[in-house]
Amino acid sequence: TMSVSAPRGLASSGQRAITEITHPLSAAEEPLSLPVSAGGDKEAWLTNGTPGEMSSPASTSSLFNRLQLDDDLEDGRDPLATTDTRDLFVTVDDPKKHVSTMETYITYRVSTKTTRIEFDLPQYSVRRRYQDFDWLRIKLEDSQPTHLVPPLPEKFVMKGVVDRFSEDFVETRMKALDKFLKRVADHPVLSFNPHLNAFLTAKDLNKRQGLALLTKVGESVKQVAGGYKLRARPAEFSAMGEYLETFSQKLGNIDRIAQRILKEQSEYLTELREYGTVYSSWAECEEELQRPLEGVAGCVATCCRALEDQSESMSQDFLPVLREYVLYIESMKNVLRKRDQTQAEYEGRLEAAVQRRQEERTPIPAEVEKCQDKVECFNADLKADWERWQSNKRHDFKQLLTGMADKNISYYEKCQTAWESLITVLQDRPMEDKLSETN
Amino acid sequence: MLDEGSTLLRRMEICIAEAEKRSGKTAMSMQETFTVYLVETRLTDAVAEGRSPAPNFLWRRYSEFELLRSYLMVTYPYVVVPPLPEKRAEFVWHKLSADNMDPDFVERRRVGLENFLLRVALHPVLSDDKILHHFLTEEHGWKEVVYETGFQAKADSRLRALNATFRVRNPDKRFLEMKHYSDQLQSNTSQLLRARARVADGLYGVYKVHGNYGRVFSEWSAIEKEMGDGLQSAGHHMDAYAASIDDILEEEEHYADQIKEYLSYSEALRAVCRKHELTQFELEMSSQDLVSKKQQREELATGIVRTFSLKGMTNKLFGQEAPEQREARLRLLEELIAEGEETVREKTAEWREHVEKACVEMQRFKEQTDRDLREALISYAVMQIGMCKKGVQVWSNARECFLKM
Repeated sequence: TMSVSAPRGLASSGQRAITEITHPLSAAEEPLSLPVSAGGDKEAWLTNGTPGEMSSPASTSSLFNRLQLDDDLEDGRDPLATTDTRDLFVTVDDPKKHVSTMETYITYRVSTKTTRIEFDLPQYSVRRRYQDFDWLRIKLEDSQPTHLVPPLPEKFVMKGVVDRFSEDFVETRMKALDKFLKRVADHPVLSFNPHLNAFLTAKDLNKRQGLALLTKVGESVKQVAGGYKLRARPAEFSAMGEYLETFSQKLGNIDRIAQRILKEQSEYLTELREYGTVYSSWAECEEELQRPLEGVAGCVATCCRALEDQSESMSQDFLPVLREYVLYIESMKNVLRKRDQTQAEYEGRLEAAVQRRQEERTPIPAEVEKCQDKVECFNADLKADWERWQSNKRHDFKQLLTGMADKNISYYEKCQTAWESLITVLQDRPMEDKLSETN
Repeated sequence: MLDEGSTLLRRMEICIAEAEKRSGKTAMSMQETFTVYLVETRLTDAVAEGRSPAPNFLWRRYSEFELLRSYLMVTYPYVVVPPLPEKRAEFVWHKLSADNMDPDFVERRRVGLENFLLRVALHPVLSDDKILHHFLTEEHGWKEVVYETGFQAKADSRLRALNATFRVRNPDKRFLEMKHYSDQLQSNTSQLLRARARVADGLYGVYKVHGNYGRVFSEWSAIEKEMGDGLQSAGHHMDAYAASIDDILEEEEHYADQIKEYLSYSEALRAVCRKHELTQFELEMSSQDLVSKKQQREELATGIVRTFSLKGMTNKLFGQEAPEQREARLRLLEELIAEGEETVREKTAEWREHVEKACVEMQRFKEQTDRDLREALISYAVMQIGMCKKGVQVWSNARECFLKM
């Protein structure tokens, strides 16, 4: 008979550190040891980073303000976004350009504040470049294959089309990196990954050496790939796949619409500027009407500025979130694929074992049962990440779309104020005439 | 927008109640479709006396309005005659119909024709015209009465004269300035109208693209659980937002019509200035003619040739003419001089009348322009405020839905 043993530990069942969990994928015989706490031999290269820059208290307090602001924004009803237990806060800011003979690149300041015992100090500040983030992400994906690792902003940019060192580009990328790191730090499992610890604290990140011990975990999943074909995917995972398909389609549509709106707005803006100029040049030809016409020109100019602001926030705040979610969907699909492979391996082996048992009357080997555990564990991790992702997504889109509405409201309010004050000017004028007549 | 205290509008209410499509045969037996407008008038002094007279209704075509206007232009050359609404839609943004039979176009023309009648009826000079009264109160026989005035012949000669190139010797500064002003008014209003049409196109695009959000939100809501309802209803608000631009731009067309009226007014103002140049030119010509005739008479009488002339040369070469001949020529010259003096008197009177009346009229027109355009700008600002309020409203509604997600 097929016995389905309960998973020994649910990786995502809370905020327990990874050390407490005997992960079935980590070849159960040797429980995971955390390199930071293990101390000694292999981790000797991990020199801790300098403590947070205490020299500038202003920046630290502003960091705190920002963190608190973030907390305020959290949706209280959201069970997965409970803020009271958070004990790891990360921020990416202060981009700097480095020019050497070999290359030019940007580094960002990565600041950490934490009360976790896995960290030696309560705060750190290190500088990292995009490559380092990329390294972290690969390490996270390799060492925690059953989890959804948040996406990084696209690595490659079209040369010539995008200026990699322009203020806008760096700013957008910095925000995306900050988002990535915050998502990792908020994840109940990923945030305890020693690679993250190294990334946040090590003064020099030795990327080539890596954490050999942990990569083993990844290997066992990676090797699955060969030969097995999935029979039947459980309905809930099929539903996830279908959901992602449709969602990515809709996201693509929204992205296209938003881009189109930006294009229409910029064309409108060009015409509107021209329109304002016509009023001001007309004003020069008039005496009585000079002020009213100048007033309209001024109003149109105010509306132009308001629209510029609105368009700018659309392209800087709205579009990047859509892009992040497009990439998120890809990560999610990847995890789903890996899960399917794990299940396929189990099914394949089970089938072979059952056949053998019928022929040779041998019991189902423990190895197959281990495979089953793997699947169970994967499913549990994936479901937990899915729920968390759904909840984050809901929160993010609520904020994104509300923000879009706010920007539009503020645009119209700015224009309205301008036109209202113009009416006051236009209606005031006859009064002044009367006054000048009596004088 | 219009003057108070004028003659006709105190005694009569005027409006164009409706427009109707008709079809009939032209003189060439061709089938044609046209629009007629119902001119409704009611004597208000009778109302004040306690009687309630039945309003008078009659139908007029656009071409009859055109006839009325050219009659007024010829008869009152010193008046900046109010323009008619455009014959064909100009300065249109791409979604606006340029079809003459389009209901929105017909409605805007109805408003424009009514505005024309009110402006004429309020005009201190035009409102007293008999032909105008006839136009307003008797449907039949009006055209014949107009043609009987012989204005057509005057109109033709005037048109020829206005198109001819001539140069006055002592141009009047006031008219030069007014002409310059009319040129500027024309170029400024036409530039504004062109720019506005393009702005309307741009704004239309921005609004309509938002409509796509409506569709996508609605489709997306189908796969969401908690977010679904909020998305769905936010989608409806996006649809409403996209649809709202039609009314906004339709309303803005009224502003464009106000500017268009002044674009046409600039033409009427220039006509007054041209007419002044023409009368002055004719006066200068006839005075010059008179001067040279008088000089000829003097030469003939004294026999002294003051200036070199071919006649003087021939006289010197071939000897003096007979005394009878000289007498006859002198008599003829006297007659011509008398005629010339009469012409100069007439032209001077015509010129003086035009200068005096046109100056009053131009002053009146300038004040009307400043007042009207200021008010047009105010109503434009009010319109813009309305649009902003609508925008705030729709996005606030959408925001509520997003917050429920």
